[in-house]
Formats: sequence, C-alpha cells, structure tokens
Amino acid sequence: MSEIKIKLKNICKSFGKKTVLRGLNLDVYKGESLVVIGGSGTGKSVLIKCIQGLLTPEEGSILVDGNEVIGIDEEGKEALHSKMGMLFQGGALFDSLSVWENVAFDLLENKGYSKTDAKNEAIRVLRSVGLDPEVADLEPAELSGGMQKRVGLARAIISKPEIIFFDEPTTGLDPIMADVINDLIVESVKGLGATALTITHDMASVRKIADRVAMLYKGEIIWQGTVKEMDETENPYVVQFINGRSQGPIKTGV
Amino acid sequence: MLFIRKIEKFLRRQGKPLVNFIFKVGELFGFIIQSVYNCVTPPFYGRNFLRQVVDMGFYSLPVVGLTTIFAGMVIALQSYSGFASVGAESMVASVVLISVTRELAPVLSALMVAGRIGAAMAAEIGTMRVTEQIDALTTLSTNPLKYLVAPRIWAGLVVMPLLVLIGDVIGIFGGYVVGVYKLGFNPANYINATLDELQALDITTGVVKAAVFGFIISLMGCYNGYKSRGGAQGVGEATTNAVVSSSILILIFNYVVTELFFSR
Repeated sequence: MSEIKIKLKNICKSFGKKTVLRGLNLDVYKGESLVVIGGSGTGKSVLIKCIQGLLTPEEGSILVDGNEVIGIDEEGKEALHSKMGMLFQGGALFDSLSVWENVAFDLLENKGYSKTDAKNEAIRVLRSVGLDPEVADLEPAELSGGMQKRVGLARAIISKPEIIFFDEPTTGLDPIMADVINDLIVESVKGLGATALTITHDMASVRKIADRVAMLYKGEIIWQGTVKEMDETENPYVVQFINGRSQGPIKTGV
Repeated sequence: MLFIRKIEKFLRRQGKPLVNFIFKVGELFGFIIQSVYNCVTPPFYGRNFLRQVVDMGFYSLPVVGLTTIFAGMVIALQSYSGFASVGAESMVASVVLISVTRELAPVLSALMVAGRIGAAMAAEIGTMRVTEQIDALTTLSTNPLKYLVAPRIWAGLVVMPLLVLIGDVIGIFGGYVVGVYKLGFNPANYINATLDELQALDITTGVVKAAVFGFIISLMGCYNGYKSRGGAQGVGEATTNAVVSSSILILIFNYVVTELFFSR
C-alpha cells in the first residue's frame, strides 16, 4: 500500500467570498479504502469534484497516477474519467433511460458494446448488487431509494474502474439497507482491487468500509489514521465528531 | 470633493450589476461558441437527436396548426374590413399569403414552441444539473454539451423550418376558409390569387427566420437549464428565463432577418 494513487497538495477552493478548501493535503494509496469524514458543509463533496476535474481549485496540485488533473484538457479528462467510477449521493440516475441503460451507459456510449451484450452485462452486474433481472427494464423513478443506490453502484463498477468515489452512500437509507450498501461497497472495491475514496458522516459506514480515515474540518484535513486509531485518538475534534456530541471544539453554527 | 465622492459612490453601486451583466454576457457567448463547436464535432448522438425531433416537431404540430390557422383567419377578416372601404377586397388573398409566410407563421410558431419546448428543455436540463446527472455524464466520459445540447440545437435548426412550412399551408388555408365561406370569395379565384402572388422569397424568408428562431429556442433552453443552480427554485427560474429570453430574442431577430432580406 505504498504507491500513491491520488495526491492532493495545498488545494484551495472558494465560491465567491466563501472559502471551502484551505490548503488541503491528502494522499490516497493504491488499493486502499479511504473515508473522509466531516460535518455538513465542510467541503467533502467539493474535494471529490476537484479530484474528478468537475471543479477547478484556485491553488494547489492534484495528481492521479502522477498526472496533474488541474488544467487538464478535454481528452485528458475523458481518459481520467475512464479509470474512475462514482456513486452519487442521490444516485444521479438518468431519468430518460431505463435501469439497464443507466448501468450500461459507459459500455454503450464509450466502449462500443452492442445493445444485447451491454444489456447482458448490465443484468450480470445488477445481479451482483442484489437486484433481479426484472428491474433492468424499469425506469429509475420506479425504484426505491435503496434500489437506486444499488443501480448507482452497478453503474459505478460496471467498467471495472481503478478508482471509485462514494458520495455519502448511505444517506437517506434505513440502517439495514445502509448496511447492505456498505457490504456491497466492500465487496465491489475488494473484488475489483480498486482504490476507493468515500465521503460520509455515517460512522457505521466508516467502520465497515474504511482502511483509513481522514477528518476534514474548515477546509483542511485535521487528522488521519486507521479505524482503530480513530477510536483511540484524543483529538478533540475527532472525538466530538465520532461520538456525535454537540459540546466540543466543532461549532455547528446553529 | 463631495460631488466626486457622490459620483464614486454612485459608480460603485452601479458597478456590481454592470460587472455581473458583462460576466453573464461573456458566459452566454462562451456557451454559444462551445455549443456550436460541439455541434459540428463527433461523436454525434443520433438517438438523442431523433428524440428531440419527435418532441419538438411532431408533438408541436397541434399547437402550431391551431396558432397559424386562426392567424390566417384573423388576417383575412381584418384585411377585408380594411380593404373593403377602398374597394380593394381582391387583395385579401395576397395579404394573407404575405402575412402568413413572412411573419405570422414563423413568429407565432416560434413563440409557441419557445413556450412549449424551450421551457421543457430548461426544466429537463436544469433538473439534470441540480440532481447531479450532468456531473454523472461527465464522470462517464461523456461530454454533456455533445450529449444534451448539440442534439437539441440540431433539432431546433431542422424542425422549426419544417413546422413553419406546415404552418404556412395551414395559415393560408385558414384565410381561404374565411375568404370563401364567410366573405363569399370564389374558391378558384382565391386560390389563383394566392398562387399568382406566391414568391420563393416569401417562403425563404420564413424558413430562414424559422431556422434562426429554432437555434435561439434550443440555445436559450439549454443555456438556462445548464447554468441553473439551487434546486427546484433554480429550475423554475431557468424555465422562466428560457421562455422570456428566447421570446425577446425571437422578436429582435425577426426584425434583423427582415432587415437583411427586405432593406433597400
């Protein structure tokens, strides 16, 4: 686990007068599952979008496999995205396409699969995330929240990406469904041997899927370590966050 | 000194909206250049284009038909009431033809399609923006401008002229119905008068206008949807802005194209 897959150096990102990331530094090692925790509005989603080139930081450097992401051209961006998969917080399934077309989107549009082959592959991957083949022809709007997450996960892993991002994968799910999704994430990531970067504030999720945890607060990584180290740390910010206390150094601004 | 300070204060107050306006105009022109570039460079998404053709063309036929038939009927009635006083009733067929082909069919059809399709484009793309579907497209190595915007712009360019040609026929038919069945014109004479007056320039003007309007409708629908922010309210604003901006631009460019064809 010594090779660095993603390296962020001194990342700064603002929206108008609001500074979200302030000189953030973070290394993600090849094959590990890193979970970034932090309160709402601390810049977790912005962090992932910067790595994917969806947002451009004002300062700093983002290296993926040693290649700079900031200022990358369209061709480079497409090559970058071809090795990434992403499970969005709300699923972000395309309303105008059926479930199988969503899952097989990359195969149909970029990999030159025929419709039949793409559908068969989509059904195989849907099975691997616990969904019946009958679901394949439904519209995304006909699915429950948990099923939409599974479809989103199937879409994220179908192209066997080297890096998978999970944006709050268990938000809005009941605890049992959340645990099912966590298990699927672990299975998928380990099965593919991928590097995973998850952002969440669900501590059950963290304990299930993380090899390493990093805490984001006020736009900086203020602590990082293994799950065991997280449980043993005396860092007051981490202690307050993982125990969900209102009293402590983290001010919620309510 | 006090006067200079007041001017400085005034300029500062005006400065922010001015800078925002310049920024918005720059953003729009940037979007136009990117969209046009993506329209003419592969890959092309034929299925998306066909879907837009059906949505924009086939499903707009009833509204375009109704609009143009009543426009033709009203022009026949109005021109008759005006020309009857100077004994020039025979001009009704010509007036209907020229009004419908040059102005009414392209402008009214475009305004109706802007309300129907421009709003739908802004709402669909805006919803895709706020639900991260556009980000999802990007992460799936698909350029959203090529996948979402280019097919809509091509559909606007292709479909609007066809709709206007159909609108021309229906509008002229509306004038014929009123002329023959209400005003008592001889059917053969009315048709002959229409055909005698028919010129390629009238049809060409209408078709060119339709293509320009189709581009405007698709562009403003896509632009407002693509740049929408902030959930349901943002999508609502995008939809309103798409209809208002495309309607205003249609009226402005109606004058510009007319000036190009008919200025002496």
